[in-house]
Amino acid sequence: MGSAILVVAEHDNATLKPATLNAVAAAGAIGGAVAVLVAGANCRGVAEAAAKVAGVGKVLLADAPVYEHRLAENLAPLVARLAAGYSHVVAAATSAGKNLLPRVAALLDVAQVSEVVAVEGPDTFVRPIYAGNALATVRSGDPIKVVTVRATGFEPAPAEGGAAPIEAVEATADSGLSRFVGQELSRSERPELTSARVVVSGGRGMQSGENFKLLEAVADRLGAAVGASRAAVDSGFVPNDYQVGQTGKIVAPELYIAVGISGAIQHLAGMKDSKVIVAINKDEDAPIMQVADYALVADLFQAVPELARELDKA
Amino acid sequence: MKVLVGVKRVVDANVKVRVKGDGTGVETANVKMSMNPFDEIGVEEAIRLKERGVASEVVAVSAGAAACQETLRTALAMGADRGVLIETEAELQPLAVAKLLKAVVEREGPGLVILGKQAIDDDCNQTGQMLAALLGWPQGTFASKLAFEGERLSVTREVDGGLETVSLRLPAVVTTDLRLNEPRYASLPNIMKAKKKPLETLTPAQLGVDVAPRLTTLRVVEPPPRQAGVRVSSVAELVDKLRNEAKVI
Repeated sequence: MGSAILVVAEHDNATLKPATLNAVAAAGAIGGAVAVLVAGANCRGVAEAAAKVAGVGKVLLADAPVYEHRLAENLAPLVARLAAGYSHVVAAATSAGKNLLPRVAALLDVAQVSEVVAVEGPDTFVRPIYAGNALATVRSGDPIKVVTVRATGFEPAPAEGGAAPIEAVEATADSGLSRFVGQELSRSERPELTSARVVVSGGRGMQSGENFKLLEAVADRLGAAVGASRAAVDSGFVPNDYQVGQTGKIVAPELYIAVGISGAIQHLAGMKDSKVIVAINKDEDAPIMQVADYALVADLFQAVPELARELDKA
Repeated sequence: MKVLVGVKRVVDANVKVRVKGDGTGVETANVKMSMNPFDEIGVEEAIRLKERGVASEVVAVSAGAAACQETLRTALAMGADRGVLIETEAELQPLAVAKLLKAVVEREGPGLVILGKQAIDDDCNQTGQMLAALLGWPQGTFASKLAFEGERLSVTREVDGGLETVSLRLPAVVTTDLRLNEPRYASLPNIMKAKKKPLETLTPAQLGVDVAPRLTTLRVVEPPPRQAGVRVSSVAELVDKLRNEAKVI
C-alpha cells in the first residue's frame, strides 16, 4: 500500500527554509505521494518554490492572515484537518516544527515520532535518545504517523526539478488563543548554522563575546557559520541561537572547528555527526580532543589568528 | 492563580548511559536518578511566581513508578506546596502523559501549567504541546521569559533565528528553555519540611486515562563510534591536513 505524505513547509512567507528540503527527502525515504503544505500570509512565492522541489507531487497553499506568524494554535487545526487524507505528517525538527507537530498529533490522537534520523519502513523510524548516546528504532501503530525529521539525517531534496501543481486550501478561523507580538532575529551575513558547510564554534575558553571576532575572521575565510557551546551562551558571550548541542541546534557540517570548547556530552550530541571535527584547546585531556579528527593543543588566542593568516596563503 | 508543574524522574544528566546488552533499552538499574533539568526550571519559575504573589499555590505532578515520589519531594523541597503522583508501572509515552495531566488539570483548575520543554531521556519535546492541544489552551514553548499582563501572559520564546514573543490568553501551557531561570538548591530545613507536605497518589484508572503505548521500541543500540583522530603539532600542519588529507577546505 502506498503512503501519502503531507510535509509541512518551513518558511517566513518570503522564502522556503532549507530544512524543508530535508523533510521532503525523509518523505521520499518513507515512499509514496508527497504533498507540501505552505501555510502563511502572502506566501505564494514560497508555494512556487516548493512546487519546484524534486519529488513533490502537489503543493497545498493556505494563504491567509491567520497564518502570518504560523502560530501553532492556528496552524495545528488546519494540519489536523488536512491530515485525514494522509498516512504521514512530516516536518523538519526545527523550533517551528517542534512547536507545531505535537499539537497536531494530539488533535489526531496519535503519537509523534520526534527527531527521526533514518527511515526503516513506512511505520519504523530510528531516533536518537539520551542526547544521542543511544539510537532507538521505534514502530508506530497509529493510523497516521506524525514525524519530525532531524535535517542532518537526510540529504536535502534538490530544490529544482519538480513542477507540482499548487492547490489552494481553505483556511481555518483564528483560534483567538494567541497573538504574535514581535521577534528579535539575529542578523547575519553568514550561512545558517544548521545548513552551513563549515561551522566554527567557540566555548567558555573564548573568555568574552568580543573575542568571538577571532572566530569570525576564520569563518569569513571559510564561508562558515559561527556557533557556540552552551557555556559560552550562558556566559552571555553570544545570543542563544548560536548554541550547538542537545538542547540547541544539531549540526553535521563537512567541517566543524571547536575552539576553546571542552566537549560536554550535551555539546557533543549536537555536532558529533560532523564529517571532520577539529578541536583547538589548551587542555589536551578535554573530551572534545577524543572525538576530534584533528586535535591541536594550543592557546587559542595565538592559534586562531594564525589559522586565519594560514588560510590566506594559497 | 494556581500553577501546576510537571516533574519527570530521569537518569541524572551527569550519568554516562549504557545500552543494555539485549538491546531493549538503556540501563537504569542502580543508576542515579534526578528531576529532569528542564522541569527543575519549571518548578523554579512557579515558585518565583508564588514569591511575587502572582501564583497562589504550586502543585507538582509526576507520573510513573512509586519512586517518582522522590522527584516530587525534591519539588516540594524547592518550594512547591503539594504533590500529585499518578502511579503506574506502565511505560508512559508523551501522549499518555498529556492525557494524564489533562485529567489532573480538570481536577485542579490551574491558571498556568509549566512543563520542561523536553525530558533528557527520551528527548521527545512533545508533552506540553500535546497537553495544550487536548485542553484547547494556547502554548508558550521554549520559554526564556514570562510576563503577566492582566488576563494575558507574554512569553519570550527561544526560536532558531533568535527570540520571538507571543501573547497568550490564560489559562495556558508554558514549556521551559534553559535560560528562563537558574533553579535553586533545596536547603536542608526545606528538605525536612518537604517530608510533611501533602502528596496525593492517583492511578491512570482513577483518572480514566488509557495509557497504552502507541509506539513499540524494536531495539536500542549504541551509536557508531568515531574513528580515533590524530594530534597535529601546528596550525600550518592542521591547515595542510584539512586541505590535502581531509580535503574539506
